[in-house]
Amino acid sequence: MSAQATAAVPSPDVWRASQVRRRWSGWLFYGLAVVSTLMGLVMLGALLFDIFTDGARQVDWHFLSNYPSRIADNAGLRSALLGSLWMLAFTAIIAFPLGVGAAIYLEEYAPDNWLTRFIQLNIANLAGVPSIVYGLLGLGLFVRWLALGRVVLAGSMTMALLILPLIIVASREAIRAVPDSLREGSYALGATRWQMVRQTVLPSAAGGILTGTILALARAIGETAPLITIGALTYVAFDPNGPLDIFTVLPIQIFNWVSLPQKEFHSLAAGGIVVLLVVLLTANSLAVYLRYRMQRRLQ
Amino acid sequence: MINLRIDTRASDVAVSPSENGQSDVILMTRNLNFWYGNTQVLENIDCDIRPREVTAIIGPSGCGKSTFLRCFNRMNELIPTARIAGSVVFRNRDIYARSVDPVEVRRQVGMVFQKPNPFPKSIYDNVAYGPRVNGYKGDMDEAVETSLKRAALWDEVKDDLKKSGLALSGGQQQRLCIARALAVQPDVLLMDEPCSALDPIATTRIEDLIRELREQLTIIIVTHNMQQAARISDRTAFFTVAESGAGVLVEFNDTQKLFTTPTDPRTEAYITGRFG
Repeated sequence: MSAQATAAVPSPDVWRASQVRRRWSGWLFYGLAVVSTLMGLVMLGALLFDIFTDGARQVDWHFLSNYPSRIADNAGLRSALLGSLWMLAFTAIIAFPLGVGAAIYLEEYAPDNWLTRFIQLNIANLAGVPSIVYGLLGLGLFVRWLALGRVVLAGSMTMALLILPLIIVASREAIRAVPDSLREGSYALGATRWQMVRQTVLPSAAGGILTGTILALARAIGETAPLITIGALTYVAFDPNGPLDIFTVLPIQIFNWVSLPQKEFHSLAAGGIVVLLVVLLTANSLAVYLRYRMQRRLQ
Repeated sequence: MINLRIDTRASDVAVSPSENGQSDVILMTRNLNFWYGNTQVLENIDCDIRPREVTAIIGPSGCGKSTFLRCFNRMNELIPTARIAGSVVFRNRDIYARSVDPVEVRRQVGMVFQKPNPFPKSIYDNVAYGPRVNGYKGDMDEAVETSLKRAALWDEVKDDLKKSGLALSGGQQQRLCIARALAVQPDVLLMDEPCSALDPIATTRIEDLIRELREQLTIIIVTHNMQQAARISDRTAFFTVAESGAGVLVEFNDTQKLFTTPTDPRTEAYITGRFG
């Protein structure tokens, strides 16, 4: 058989061999993908199981409504929970308008030049900066230079800096997903640029913007390092009642309990983690629900 | 991202349409040239549009029909590298003069796009959008009803005004977009292949609608469909791509004359299907 003949009428065996190999590689990667997925699920399951067996029975009204104490039986995380909620509220108030405003500027107003691209690149980089660096910035800028002290507001401003890049990136994606045909439709009716943004782009992007913001806030509530750096306290036996009060937050309280030698405090830490997880999961479900509602309203 | 970059001329010289002895002209272009970046898309277009007529623009793909249409409501300047030279005169005023606000031009020169693009809002809010952004002070319910009636959509949606505009069929969506454009009471309606995404029945309804609307306003329609141009337009402009690569206006005449006795061989080749 000459080479020419082979080229003209390929032997069926040549094809069969490639079929088998292709089917095998398909199965192989299917298997790998399943294992990768299971790995994450198993780890999450183990973590939740471990924490809930130890921590769930700790969580009761007494635990939520009492201040930390040297005596494990009396200890609770009231001040830490309130501190976390205060900090979260002010972080949202600061970071949401700044983040969405920056995203609107970058997507709808900024000219497409090297400066804009430079800013965009650096915002993406900021999202990857270690949180402790933000803590040092917050310490220098808000606690010392603005002389706010180690208060809720200083913590919120530091956290706002930390999650600002996340909010900007998520909001930009949401804004970019709004089709240009809607922008054109709005302009064609005599809308100004701001009217177009306000009445067409923002309502369509609201679901994505809110989801991104809530996920960023969920990150803020779990962060510890920047707040330790700015000097949030570890032992707070009073309620923080406003932005200018000294405070602690849940992760710091948990860390504090874990670092004590007594076993009872480790159980308290597990209880604290349960509370933290519940707050986090509530925030995430809220994000999913809001996205669902926005999408349904648009259809 | 949409950016605004356009050469606006300092002069605000009103160009009188009477200079060519033609007084009933609502829109005209003189020496209109258009570029995307360094690519010239339109070359020296002189064109007079008469009021209360349907003007069809036909021609092969890439001849600049849509670009030409978008010169009339300054939509092209939303494209970053767009550049325009020459004049577009609307009611004796150069709409590209520096003193003219494109927002005001677009209220008077409405537009309907190739693909229906209703806002993800209720039918009512879609129609009320234009009046609202333009600060309309009158009775909004009445404005919405009138516009939907003019677009021949009222009977189908009057019980469902709160329903999302996206829930309508393609043809209804396009009529909603027409109603939306009519709600700001424009003098001119630009239509960029408004039926190309629709089935034949929906197309027929839009064509009927265009014939009715002609009584009240000026319509310029870009179409790929020569039968459609012949059916609905009073006058037809034939564009083609010149050897330079830019779009040029070859022939502009009464529709009947253009389709039966074209003067330019390129027009004849195109309408008889030998080219394009």
